[in-house]
Amino acid sequence: MSTPSQTVGPFFAVGMPARSDGAGDVWLRGRVLDGAGEPVPDAVVEAWQADPPVFGRAATDEAGRWALRVRESTVDLSVFARGLLNRVVTRVYLRDDADDPVLASVDPARRGTLIATRSGDGYTFDIHLQGPHETVFFAL
Amino acid sequence: MTSDPPLSFAPYRSTALRAPGLPPVPLPPGRTELTGPVFGQSTVDGREADLTRQHEGEPQGERIIVHGRVVDTDGRPVPHTLVELWQTNAAGRYRHSVDRHPAPLDPNFTGAGRCLTDAEGRYRFVTIRPGAYPWRNSLNAWRPAHIHFSLFGRAFVQRLVTQMYFPGDPLLGHDVIFGSVPAFARYRLVATFDLPNSVPEWALAYRWDIVLRATPFEEPS
Repeated sequence: MSTPSQTVGPFFAVGMPARSDGAGDVWLRGRVLDGAGEPVPDAVVEAWQADPPVFGRAATDEAGRWALRVRESTVDLSVFARGLLNRVVTRVYLRDDADDPVLASVDPARRGTLIATRSGDGYTFDIHLQGPHETVFFAL
Repeated sequence: MTSDPPLSFAPYRSTALRAPGLPPVPLPPGRTELTGPVFGQSTVDGREADLTRQHEGEPQGERIIVHGRVVDTDGRPVPHTLVELWQTNAAGRYRHSVDRHPAPLDPNFTGAGRCLTDAEGRYRFVTIRPGAYPWRNSLNAWRPAHIHFSLFGRAFVQRLVTQMYFPGDPLLGHDVIFGSVPAFARYRLVATFDLPNSVPEWALAYRWDIVLRATPFEEPS
């Protein structure tokens, strides 16, 4: 039996510092928002891309904002926070792709929550943990 | 049956507005999910595994050894993977600006450690036994002494952030975060007192093995 998950808590910055590994060349920025639409100021977001590998980790600020350097391609995200007893996992698409089997498996009404918006020097992707705009999260 | 706690768990009040309301969508793991970041020896200083030697003097409190193995649910060791931990000092205070608990900081204790597991998946830290501390989830709520752990494993699907607890702690029966885990799985979060691996005249030991989910990860070429 696997070791159960526990919340990262509010003090993760002591042991999980921000980092950026690999050759990310665009910014992926966004906010983490709760079910009331309020910013989550104590979340930590991790980005992972394979081939070639890019890993990044960033805490949210008081406005719930985070920013990570990634390659210009699909990105897997993990979100940890106080109040999350386990991480939630989502996937950022940089454009709608009708041929992608994962996107195709998602309710069309919610598919837009997985698609980032182009902005200046990168992309924007807000994460809604709960509520009417709830981001699609995946079970691995 | 999953050993993980549910995301929505009313006794832990912070879940109310943060736990997703909709069920997750199944994602068949692909190459991205079956690989993960590799942190080499060059990124970790061996001294980071000893939290009692990071400052001029030694921290206050009970020196302990925390060690164990990282394996997967098939029993295979998880070698050369990054383990990060953080904790309070002996008085129950984190070195973090958000921590308002009126307990003293220790100038000789940061409370953060890192190491890579060895070829057999073993890890070992030297630290100080952390303290219990109050939190505002409910009146007179106290967190049992615990150490936060972050593990990457060898694949994105194995990523785990969790907490280790100490055996015999009377607060375990009152803590809603520990209690959010299904009863049959809670023992996995509690370390074992390990007298044989204690160092006479120096430090007691606790053993805590960590089990990541098995995955058909890709061998590095």
